Amino acid sequence: MSATMTSTSAATYRPRVSDQDWRRIATWGGLCALFLILVSLIGMPVGLDRRILIHPVLSLGYLSLLWIPLVLGYVVSKHVVLEGMAAPEPGARDLVTGLVTGAIGGVGLAVLLLGIDNFNIRDPLVNWSPQLLSLLTYERGLGFGAVACIAICAFLGLVGSSIHVVPATVRRVMSFAAYGLLLFSVLESAISDLSEGFRLEWLTDIMFAKRGGLTLISSVVLALLLGALSVVFGGRVKSATTRYRELEGLERQRASTILFVVVAALCIVLPLFLGTIMNELLANVGLFLLLALGLNIVVGLAGILDLGYVAFFAVGGYTTAVLTSADSPFFAPELHFGITLVIVVVIAGITGLVIGAPVIRMRGDYLAIVTLGFGEIIRLLFMSDWLKPYFGGAQGITNVPGVDLGFATIKGTDPRSVFYLVLVFCALAIYISWRLQVSRLGRAWMAIREDEQVAEAMGINTVNTKLLAFVVGAILASFSGAILVAKVGSVFPNSFMILVSIIILVVVIVGGMGNILGVIVGSFVLIGVLGGPRQPGLLQEFQTFKLLIYGALLVFMMLKRPEGLVPSARRSQELHQEEFLQDVWLKGEDHEAEEASEHAAETGPGGDEPPT
Amino acid sequence: MSHLLEIRNLKITFGGLDALSGLDFHVDEGEIVSVIGPNGAGKTTFFNAITGMVEPADGDIIFEGDSIRGLEPHQVTGLGIARTFQNVRLFPNMTVLENIMVAQHCRTSQLVFGALLQTRAFKREEEEIRARAENVLGFFGSRLIGYRLEQPAFVLSYANRRRLEIARAMATQPRLLLLDEPVAGMNPMETAELTQLIGKLRTEWGFTIVMIEHDMRVVRDVSDRVVVLDHGIPIAHGSYDEVSTNPDVIEAYLGRPAERHA
Ligand SMILES: Nc1ncnc2c1ncn2[C@@H]1O[C@H](COP(=O)(O)OP(=O)(O)OP(=O)(O)O)[C@@H](O)[C@H]1O
Ligand SMILES: [Mg+2]
Repeated sequence: MSATMTSTSAATYRPRVSDQDWRRIATWGGLCALFLILVSLIGMPVGLDRRILIHPVLSLGYLSLLWIPLVLGYVVSKHVVLEGMAAPEPGARDLVTGLVTGAIGGVGLAVLLLGIDNFNIRDPLVNWSPQLLSLLTYERGLGFGAVACIAICAFLGLVGSSIHVVPATVRRVMSFAAYGLLLFSVLESAISDLSEGFRLEWLTDIMFAKRGGLTLISSVVLALLLGALSVVFGGRVKSATTRYRELEGLERQRASTILFVVVAALCIVLPLFLGTIMNELLANVGLFLLLALGLNIVVGLAGILDLGYVAFFAVGGYTTAVLTSADSPFFAPELHFGITLVIVVVIAGITGLVIGAPVIRMRGDYLAIVTLGFGEIIRLLFMSDWLKPYFGGAQGITNVPGVDLGFATIKGTDPRSVFYLVLVFCALAIYISWRLQVSRLGRAWMAIREDEQVAEAMGINTVNTKLLAFVVGAILASFSGAILVAKVGSVFPNSFMILVSIIILVVVIVGGMGNILGVIVGSFVLIGVLGGPRQPGLLQEFQTFKLLIYGALLVFMMLKRPEGLVPSARRSQELHQEEFLQDVWLKGEDHEAEEASEHAAETGPGGDEPPT
Repeated sequence: MSHLLEIRNLKITFGGLDALSGLDFHVDEGEIVSVIGPNGAGKTTFFNAITGMVEPADGDIIFEGDSIRGLEPHQVTGLGIARTFQNVRLFPNMTVLENIMVAQHCRTSQLVFGALLQTRAFKREEEEIRARAENVLGFFGSRLIGYRLEQPAFVLSYANRRRLEIARAMATQPRLLLLDEPVAGMNPMETAELTQLIGKLRTEWGFTIVMIEHDMRVVRDVSDRVVVLDHGIPIAHGSYDEVSTNPDVIEAYLGRPAERHA
């Protein structure tokens, strides 16, 4: 049997260098040029130039261009090999493919430079500017700039395609070093903050240049270090994760407990060594994580595409403000935050029911549109003159006190305390998500997501079950709203724009729908690095381009990786093969089995033979 | 003694088309009844009507003495009628085990608080659900247990998907099992195996079974009675031998002799 399996795996052949698919190269080269020009005219190179990644040589602005030929060079020289077909051996031909693709992109950029130099169409295109020109020519004149553009792009295309050609170890070292450098330079502020906390300022001084960015020397050292690390540990990390996956019963439980204790300890101890800005950032990530975990139950588990999720965030916030602030215009009981939370849960739950009841019977697109409307209606209600006597209209409610714990007060001026509060609620939300996911209710939600009609036919009251998902999601969102208001000390209708709903949805989708770990990773990557709707992330310079990047990321993920950054372990094509082999094995003799499966193939899944 | 399921004068219309009209039908406890008929005869529609997935235009459906017409599908399942689907509709991204566990929804009761507080009742119920699921899957021998329990349903082979669908219906603990073309697309060996199992569903599990099937050998081997539908109208019923020699039935399947000669 194994003999038949290996015989189907394809032979390789060595193509000649001149044996190029020129049409493919032209297409991807053109695409490369187009992307380069587009990104330039959007203003990324100039806008992001101030953020330096590696001190004299690389800024975020340049990086916004440089990744394009690199990635496209990689993609264009990648071959899709069909099962049973002969595969071309990666080699010199692919390098040329990448090189030419990159060069075409560079030519596109050079043409842009020429255009900027000779014509002035700044009127519609704001970024058709001398700054762009001087940036891309390194202030050395047009001729030099054009040649440099083409050379650099061609080189990066070459590097991109070489990823297929070099041996696996080299590839691993290279990618590890590259990702590592990127990570270190992106995390610069976090790292300096942390080393300050540990009184290791000298480390920061060595690593980072005065004006920001890794110094050239330190980046070389880091790259070497990371490369060496990947050689030493690369294989081990992988085998450790698979070993963890294969652990059974008690042992697995013990491993999980250790893992949990380590993570918990880190979460508790780290903020003590972080400064205000980093703690603020973490608190924001936590607030959005809380929202995303709630939405994950609604969208990821139960499959209800709720685009008005921000409504519950708003309800939580306003309820807290009214009940705790002395300045609440109509009714100001000035309750303690703890008591308020109980009321918040009740009110959010009721709101979830009230909004959910009419929309929950709708399907897919209709539900999405109606919830989108409800989300906006809630904001407009808080904004309206009609409810102004109760909620303060556009001026909102201010003077919301922090959370008095007796021994300390949690408030926005002390982001560390806010972070701890958020941490508690995130832990609670993770616990809730996890426990529900592996319960009767969670299974029912998943069944509804998979096939609502069949779920109903299998005895699940889909209306009530979906409503429950809506309510649980609403309650988690309201917690986030309550903490936000206590943190900021005020509440305004405009904190609850549609954009918030959209961004949370992107976090859930990019992280991995229905996957708690995915949602956590998604929150850190998107909110932590790019930033929330108003909250800056580690790459503050992205502020103006944030929405563009969110949108591009969403489209990309939907097209290329719908299972999200962290796919659940189940998705694996290899299982297919295993299944087939097992079936053959179960049927006994090879011989007979082959006949049988052939027959099955002929009859096929739709093989309803006409009865006679 | 009244019938387990009795259908009187059932009529289903889809925008002017009568998918079923004037259908009378009954099953008694412990019977296996087959419903046959050419493509588009209305067999699946018949199942849809019983399970509450389509609304009858006329007639009544009586299960264990009470009318179930107009009930929601989940209520019908709760009363003890479970079905499989002709075009296999599993929950593809859930594991084999989860597919079966979720089907016990209407026989269990734990909600949010049990799961969050991990109460003793919750844990006991989860254990019972799991034990029952493994028991049901064990019905198919070694095909759906062991390492397969944790595999997502979408990786299963076609025959195993069909088996899992039957297992899922069994897990709702029904009294009446509706099987829509259970052996369609299976090879002769798998068909023979499943035919035996359908017999066991009655003898060992005590289910009453109504089965739609195109494979006449299966129909012959397992059914006590056969009902033939054509264009939504019952044209014959009786034992397999009676029905298979009935000229109306032969005509429905093969067309009018005059047409064939023309
Ligand atoms: N939801 C629907 N809307 C409109 N027409 C329908 C619907 N469902 C079924 N029909 C029609 O009703 C008739 C009976 O369909 P049904 O699926 O019950 O046939 P069947 O006997 O199960 O056929 P097959 O052997 O192909 O499964 C067909 O003409 C079909 O087109
Ligand atoms: Mg049918």
